[in-house]
Amino acid sequence: MARLVFLGKLADLAGRANYDAWSSSGELDWADVLAILEDHLNSALADAVTESRVRVALNGAVLADKAALVLQNGDELAFLPPVSGG
Amino acid sequence: MQADVRLAEQAFAPEAEVARFRTAHGDAGGVVSFVGQVRAGDDVEALELTHYAPLTLPGMQALAASTATRWALAGLLMVHRVGVLAPGEPIVLVAAAARHRRDAFAAADYAMDHLKSEAWFWKRECRAGQWYWIEPRAQDIADLARWG
Repeated sequence: MARLVFLGKLADLAGRANYDAWSSSGELDWADVLAILEDHLNSALADAVTESRVRVALNGAVLADKAALVLQNGDELAFLPPVSGG
Repeated sequence: MQADVRLAEQAFAPEAEVARFRTAHGDAGGVVSFVGQVRAGDDVEALELTHYAPLTLPGMQALAASTATRWALAGLLMVHRVGVLAPGEPIVLVAAAARHRRDAFAAADYAMDHLKSEAWFWKRECRAGQWYWIEPRAQDIADLARWG
């Protein structure tokens, strides 16, 4: 199981702040994550996180290439929309 | 250089923070401080800042470290609110203490520009009972370019 965390307006789109994703194989790649968002949350969220301006952090480290990620059990993946100006 | 970097869950008093900071750095020739506050008088009823703990404070600490490498500072203070704020409440305080004033001015300016455009905060404001997310501002991105 890996925890997906939604920040900013992505939490509104998801309708929740986090979601625990489960995988029978114990691993999830980017396509698996998108499929989970689409199937268990909503397709607008799945579309939104593919935007280039949306970054992801795996266990507190921002990834250069989110499409290359692999989640293991116990991982936390955060979806980070662009930070707000002031 | 001592850096004091904090997230504040509750309202804080910038004047008291600056007084304590100035006392702690009596050897500095100058202290420059900046306070950002929720604008009053707009139709904004409240501002909410959310953060992501694994990134936000570590990112601010990294910013403090990079600020300290660029200017000769005696101390650097950064306090940033999270949670729901009312108009007039302080959002952020940056103070820089240095032997010479230009280092303090530049360090506070640099730290603020980077806090505004790069720190991991998401803001939404409440107008007429409705919450609206605040988008990135082009000006904040342009401000960053000043620093190369």
